[in-house]
Amino acid sequence: MSKTIFPQSIKSRPVYATLEPRPGKAHVVIADGEGADALGDLLDKAPDRAGMLAALHILYTPGPNGTDLWAKVQGFGAAQSYRAPTIPAMLPRLSKVVSEAHMGTQFYLTGTEGLMGQAEREIMMTGLPFDAVQKEHRGSTLRRVQCVHCKGITENVAMDPFACSHCGLNLFVRDHYSRRIAAFQGVNIDAEDPGIVPATVERFK
Amino acid sequence: MSLDFKPDLGDFFKEETFREDFTFKNSPASIARFPFPFDRDEYMYSVNMEPHVPGRPGSVFEKTFDVDEHYVSEMIDRAKVLAEDPLRCQSLPHMTLAGWDLLELIMDSNARDYPQWFSLHKNGNQWHWINRPLGIDQKFTFLDESTLPYGPMEYITRQTQGDFSLQDERDANLWMDAGMITTQADWSLDFDVGMNFMEWHAPVPLAHEKQIFDRALKFLLKLQNGSPVRRFNWTMTVNPLLDTAPETYPKWGPTKATLTQENLGHKQHLRVELQALFRLPRSNAIAFSIRAYLGKFEELVTMPKWGRRLHRVLRDIHPDIAAYKGFARNQPAMVEWLAKYDDGKPTSPGWWPTPE
Repeated sequence: MSKTIFPQSIKSRPVYATLEPRPGKAHVVIADGEGADALGDLLDKAPDRAGMLAALHILYTPGPNGTDLWAKVQGFGAAQSYRAPTIPAMLPRLSKVVSEAHMGTQFYLTGTEGLMGQAEREIMMTGLPFDAVQKEHRGSTLRRVQCVHCKGITENVAMDPFACSHCGLNLFVRDHYSRRIAAFQGVNIDAEDPGIVPATVERFK
Repeated sequence: MSLDFKPDLGDFFKEETFREDFTFKNSPASIARFPFPFDRDEYMYSVNMEPHVPGRPGSVFEKTFDVDEHYVSEMIDRAKVLAEDPLRCQSLPHMTLAGWDLLELIMDSNARDYPQWFSLHKNGNQWHWINRPLGIDQKFTFLDESTLPYGPMEYITRQTQGDFSLQDERDANLWMDAGMITTQADWSLDFDVGMNFMEWHAPVPLAHEKQIFDRALKFLLKLQNGSPVRRFNWTMTVNPLLDTAPETYPKWGPTKATLTQENLGHKQHLRVELQALFRLPRSNAIAFSIRAYLGKFEELVTMPKWGRRLHRVLRDIHPDIAAYKGFARNQPAMVEWLAKYDDGKPTSPGWWPTPE
């Protein structure tokens, strides 16, 4: 079961379990923020911790809430450990790692939904089998939201409604999630009565 | 914009618009065949699927794909929507074969059902398609994309009323991996493309709890080639706007605030979707056709049974359904307007407009 308590939600919302070590020729961990703790738990469960570390490539970036556990990640002593300042900065390296992965490579995604969604999208595009990918949510529940009107994506949305960072329309965050876009859907809240926008509340942290 | 076809309206097809001046209306013959979706005086979600077999002559069920008086004008409207936003038509790379399956299904059906308008001549894979109402005469090689001006799905659905989505089947689920969606009831193909059956239905209220989608998916996975099925869906639209897309909601949303008791009969439309599902032979994909029919309230109440029934359905509908379908704010005004056409008399079962 997920260690993050989500509010009761919708069917298209991804379901997260906990990471379990699986046998594989290579292991790739993609993590942000508190995902470092899930990685620690994963290694603690590994039957052959040293063997897993010797075949492990970690791609890590701080969480959108500022959590940076890079020192802990480095301390695991994986064969390769990499820190990117942001998710967009991580993507070129991730893309190369994914495209060169062999059958039998195990992927472990952990941290925020935005990080896991974007990593999963890269993996899906290569056609690697779904059962080689595990996800565990840790840390922030800030959402990545696509404006259905202008198609621009606003990262780390906490407030609902909020102003689209691209076109400026007032959007409410609809409980509708696209794995292809790795984002929730944002819809103009005052389209029918322009200017009448409900008070904004902090829904995601 | 310029059209890449040369329409010929003849004496059957109507010149009308679904935007700006909104000249769309139904002729008396078109009202008489309107697919009124309520077979009783109340409404709740159900799977409600039945075999898509030829129905009553003259009805929208008579042919595999209904071509009506609005055909040419609807195709012009689709061309305009696509010129403004090409993302309304998308096909993931593995769906081309399903597109050819759909092209064949529509061309075979329409050439058979409407020989006065459509012809298809086949010599092996060398095909010759003629669409007289749109002035199209196309020779091409079946299964060779380079011989058509668009991909096969886009090519044929630019000539066919109604939206289409193509579902790939894998992992005991259906994946909406292609579609031509320009007459939609407020959902985004660009957002939903690539989703599975449960994911794209996620926002629908009440129906998940009733296990409707689990049962519908099980049913559809058993769908056989040659045995299509159909169902109705419906919603409400202000103005005869076919393209109620979420993308353009800021443009058309404000029209929902313009209804008065004086203009409601003319501006408020019942929007009915005749949905049909076809298993395709080569790709094993499922084609989903979503044909939207618009009926003005003032047109529908010319059938007394429909006036009574529509009043009762809207008066008693579950508030979550009214909210999801986007007409909660106008529900009281609609019920007030329709009350004049409900004398309290019983209605006969079924949706046909029994003469009085």
